[in-house]
Amino acid sequence: MLKNRIIPCLDVKNGRVVKGINFVDLKDAGDPVEQASIYDKGGADEICFLDITASNENRNTIIDVVNKTAEKCFVPLTVGGGIRTTDNIRDLLLAGADKVSINTAAVKDINFVKEASKKFGTQCMVVAVDAKKVSDGKWEIFTHGGREKTGIDAIEFSKKAEANGAGEILLTSMDKDGTKTGYDLELLKIITKSVSIPVIASGGAGNLEHLYEAIKTGGASAVLAASIFHYGEFTIKETKEYLKSKNVPVRL
Amino acid sequence: MLLTVVDYGVGNLRSIAKSIEKANSDNNLNYSVKVSSDVNDVKKSDKIVLPGQGSFKACREGINNISGLNNELNESVLNKNKPIFGICAGMQLFATTGYEEKKTEGLNWIPGKVVKLELGESDLKVPHMGWNEIKIENSSSVFKNLADNNHAYFIHSYEFIPKDKKIVSLSTNYGKDVVAAVSFKNIYGAQFHPEKSQNTGIKILTNFLNL
Repeated sequence: MLKNRIIPCLDVKNGRVVKGINFVDLKDAGDPVEQASIYDKGGADEICFLDITASNENRNTIIDVVNKTAEKCFVPLTVGGGIRTTDNIRDLLLAGADKVSINTAAVKDINFVKEASKKFGTQCMVVAVDAKKVSDGKWEIFTHGGREKTGIDAIEFSKKAEANGAGEILLTSMDKDGTKTGYDLELLKIITKSVSIPVIASGGAGNLEHLYEAIKTGGASAVLAASIFHYGEFTIKETKEYLKSKNVPVRL
Repeated sequence: MLLTVVDYGVGNLRSIAKSIEKANSDNNLNYSVKVSSDVNDVKKSDKIVLPGQGSFKACREGINNISGLNNELNESVLNKNKPIFGICAGMQLFATTGYEEKKTEGLNWIPGKVVKLELGESDLKVPHMGWNEIKIENSSSVFKNLADNNHAYFIHSYEFIPKDKKIVSLSTNYGKDVVAAVSFKNIYGAQFHPEKSQNTGIKILTNFLNL
């Protein structure tokens, strides 16, 4: 039986791990290579690096982090942030990434996803959908780490991403991110029903029940979380044991 | 001893090389692992790893685009009997024909076809992505010392249907039994990613190095 995945996400800035509350007020939470290695040994099903300032700064820092991580970690590694060209993707895959997460470039031009998935395969194309609720039952896509409104409907965009070669959707609720009050289950339910590719739930995890709800109620194939793991509130093992006790299939 | 990871433009090559290097150093073996698109390296190698990402058609084109590579792979594998390990679409290429995007000839080393993962009425997601349990089907010198509940990491939307079921070493259950690994003479392949399957994957790669 296929297992639901637990994915710790490391937000990386200038080669260091940070995690913001609603993307501001960043705190330093350590070395990404070291952390990734701890998560790998602790039973994480995948590891995600999000280069949060890659849009403006030097890309080589993250390549270096990926390079070093690939020497130590033998679980899938997803890298996102600032990916604009197929060369960016190839550089990351060559450094040791297994998947790339595309956000702004996909929103700007969905053909980029199409072209890249043809070249590298849908299996490594994660399209990151950052959505914010604008009215009842309606969510809009935001880009640039949640700073820019696009007017694009999140549900329509997710379907379009799938049709153009996304292998997976990383769905972040901008309303919930950093709040620790749980994932946006309403949004999650709608998106997981709208697409047939796996959806990773992101944004809002504050306790283990939130992860359970995202899988059980929201239909997520995987759950991504940052703070609850980084600051040692829960280990990956505790998380999986909890989910297992609630009959969620996990790899233990 | 030289092991070449064939670089024909696709795949998470460094991940693969690093996992083989780990299998090599953990077991005090003496392989040097080279990621290369040079046909001469394939020629000189003792063992070959054929990665694969992207569509069957794209992988086939990737091989065709390197002059002499197809011939040297045939020579190394079929005439010199060098052990080869195909990963994901790399394994699928061993088949006679693939049907992704359009009908494409494979390397035709293992009679069979590669078709879209057909799951009938189920609401299971495609691609089949994530950790799934492997089940031992037939004994193999590479897919050995494993247990039925070991997990491996899969990402694929197409499946290999070999003509002869006896060459299936491992299967996995995703709505039905899906081929997870094959062994045929000196030809080995996994639908999952051993380089991303932690200890289970390293064990399999170690077995391959130990052949």
